[in-house]
Amino acid sequence: MYKFTISGSPHVKSDESTKKIMYGVVFAMIPAMLVSIYFFGFQAIRVLVLASIACIFFEWIIQKYLIKGPSTINDGSALVTGILLAFNVPSNLPSWMIIVGALVAIGMAKMSFGGLGRNIFNPALVARVFLLISFPVQMTSWPKPTGFSKGLTDVITGPTPLGIVKEGLGAGKTMSELRTETPSYVQYLVGQTGGSIGEVSAIALLLGGFYMLWKKIITWHIPVSMLGTVIIFTAILWGANPEHYADPAFHLLTGGMLLGAIFMATDMVSSPMTHGGQLVYGFGIGVLTILIRVWGAYPEGVSFAILIMNAVVPLINQGFKPKRFGIKPGIEIKS
Amino acid sequence: MGILKTFALGGVHPKENKLSANAAIEVLDPPKQAFIPLGQNLGAPSKPVVARGEEVKTGQLLAEASGFISTPIHSPVSGKVFKIDNILNASGYKQLGIIINVEGDEWMEDIDRSEDIVTNIDYSSEEIIDKIKKAGLVGMGGATFPTYVKLMPPPGTKAEYLIINGVECEPYLTSDHRMMLEKGREIVVGTQLLMKALKVDKAIIGIENNKPDAISHLTELVKNAEGISVQALKVQYPQGGEKQLIKATVNREVPSGKLPISVGCVVQNVGTAFAVYEAVQKNKPLFERVVTVTGKDVKKPSNFLVRIGTPVQQLIDAAEGLPESTAKIINGGPMMGKAISSTEVPIVKGSSGILIMKEEEAHRKTESACIRCSKCTYVCPMGLEPFLLSRVSRVGKFDIAEKEMIMDCIECGSCQYTCPANIPLLDYLRLGKNKTGAIIRSRGKTA
Ligand code: SF4
Ligand code: SF4
Repeated sequence: MYKFTISGSPHVKSDESTKKIMYGVVFAMIPAMLVSIYFFGFQAIRVLVLASIACIFFEWIIQKYLIKGPSTINDGSALVTGILLAFNVPSNLPSWMIIVGALVAIGMAKMSFGGLGRNIFNPALVARVFLLISFPVQMTSWPKPTGFSKGLTDVITGPTPLGIVKEGLGAGKTMSELRTETPSYVQYLVGQTGGSIGEVSAIALLLGGFYMLWKKIITWHIPVSMLGTVIIFTAILWGANPEHYADPAFHLLTGGMLLGAIFMATDMVSSPMTHGGQLVYGFGIGVLTILIRVWGAYPEGVSFAILIMNAVVPLINQGFKPKRFGIKPGIEIKS
Repeated sequence: MGILKTFALGGVHPKENKLSANAAIEVLDPPKQAFIPLGQNLGAPSKPVVARGEEVKTGQLLAEASGFISTPIHSPVSGKVFKIDNILNASGYKQLGIIINVEGDEWMEDIDRSEDIVTNIDYSSEEIIDKIKKAGLVGMGGATFPTYVKLMPPPGTKAEYLIINGVECEPYLTSDHRMMLEKGREIVVGTQLLMKALKVDKAIIGIENNKPDAISHLTELVKNAEGISVQALKVQYPQGGEKQLIKATVNREVPSGKLPISVGCVVQNVGTAFAVYEAVQKNKPLFERVVTVTGKDVKKPSNFLVRIGTPVQQLIDAAEGLPESTAKIINGGPMMGKAISSTEVPIVKGSSGILIMKEEEAHRKTESACIRCSKCTYVCPMGLEPFLLSRVSRVGKFDIAEKEMIMDCIECGSCQYTCPANIPLLDYLRLGKNKTGAIIRSRGKTA
């Protein structure tokens, strides 16, 4: 007599897996990693390796000694958080601060909510904002993109383009004056500008974004609605007074805009579940980012905007349901 | 061909694995002993009209319908009633059934056993429905809903389209495909009979594009059949679901909680259309059907014409035996079929296939945490949120489940098939549906 397995249908399973998705995201981040190493040299490697190892380590140790549950470090999600954390800090950030950041990301923002899938906020962003508030000086001294030509200690730092513009406008300069002080659009596209290590190259980020779209890891809704909102909003301001407001292309290409739109806002755990909700979420991030950039205290607003919208996601999920089958009144049949 | 039609929401593309697509239908000998469960239709089980020791002929009435949604059962074999006792059914439950010791194969005289295809329709709508009812026809696609009930639209509704389901969207299964190729003419006559019964002048045979031979064959056959057209459809699971097929073929959406007839449609399977032909034109009750026997390690994936009541083991033997690697046997297709615990269970009216899975395919992957990827929502053909429904079902919040429309779930399994975290979503959805359904019914009673 044979013994047969009994279980409910379906009896087949697609080859989708959490691991595949997470490593897909890691793969999509490779172009941006390479660019950061090209422009920031050994420092970028140090930040990337340290943040990744620290995130994986904290996840492992918390699971082993505090939660006492099975380890999930192989699913790739801690690695994704590690790389995103690295992407969101300057290349000369002291190592111990990176480790503190990893602890905040994994311990506070992820594991204390119950681990992968339960966190409300994007862990890497919580860590970034934590670091920004705790160590504002170190988090805003941006090394110039000098590649491997400089040693590990001897870096030239300077403000980011967003910082230059914010300060300059505050001091009464006009945009045409400020554009001469900031890098060209071509430099933004390739990444030859100051900033967090993962945010500098528009082309590398877009490459990763298209890869994730192709692999169906993300859908277009969040990035398109977020960036579309930014373009429209800044175009209105710029149209009203081009000397006082930066143009849409500048906003799109500088700071964490693309990194945020492609890799942070699309984080499946902390974003809405339906396409309708995702459009609203992207719109909210876009509006908040520009409000903070233009009128807020910080030159950059993407991280804050995403975190604020993260908090609203449960409400968005309540309000936006998928299109149900058979809910529109059907065709009336006359008998 | 232009853009192929399909249904609007969700859907998945499991690997087709139609291993037996080229295996012509083989007639299997009657079993030595036939096991005939009394509940073979959705609804009330049938009441036996034969007694122990009685001689029966093939096609003789064994049990009669016991209520509106119920069907009679006819003997698939000739021989002597051995006993009426509990037998194991495909769901793993003991169920009352009739066991017959087979002797020879003597058919009832009024069954027309000739090969000729009778195309003239000499019956009125009522006579056709009556013959279908008396022949014990149920939906052959697996739902086993009594066929004649669907042919009598409730007051206030009117049928406009008959839709013949030749989609066979379940991976592996090929019985409908083979029927369309080998019994095409009979299916067309069966369709005409159903049209007449329903008093409709339009019928659409929906077939997925992975069966081009069936599409071209039937298209050719319906050329002279007025009102019948063949519609090629894009391959998309679960297109064989009634609501999905109606959406795909006539672009109407059956409202939530309503039957297809509310948008003027009646759906019947191709196998049912064939059985209608036999019942009406040949006087033959439903006591045999085509069953696919398949699986990656099965030596001879086949399609058999078998008598109801034949133990599954006999089909497996005819397909050159149970492979060494067997770890799971499914009655039906891999997406919606039921795993069976023993090869002794009999083939019933609703059995469309026997799928034999090997060790590597038989087990579920380890479940991990939901990563809120929404993929289950994107693929749900009913526009539901499976992650949410399974979560609330798990913790017993059936009021939320009801509000989030759990009762609309068609149990197609697309969500669980897709979930990257390997969450057994449908297990929880079934549980939630059961409980929510019970709550809704009890409310109906007290109100
Ligand atoms: S099983 Fe139910 S919830 Fe899951 S995809 Fe099918 S209809 Fe949707
Ligand atoms: S597919 Fe699975 S992991 Fe993704 S949201 Fe649905 S239940 Fe969660």
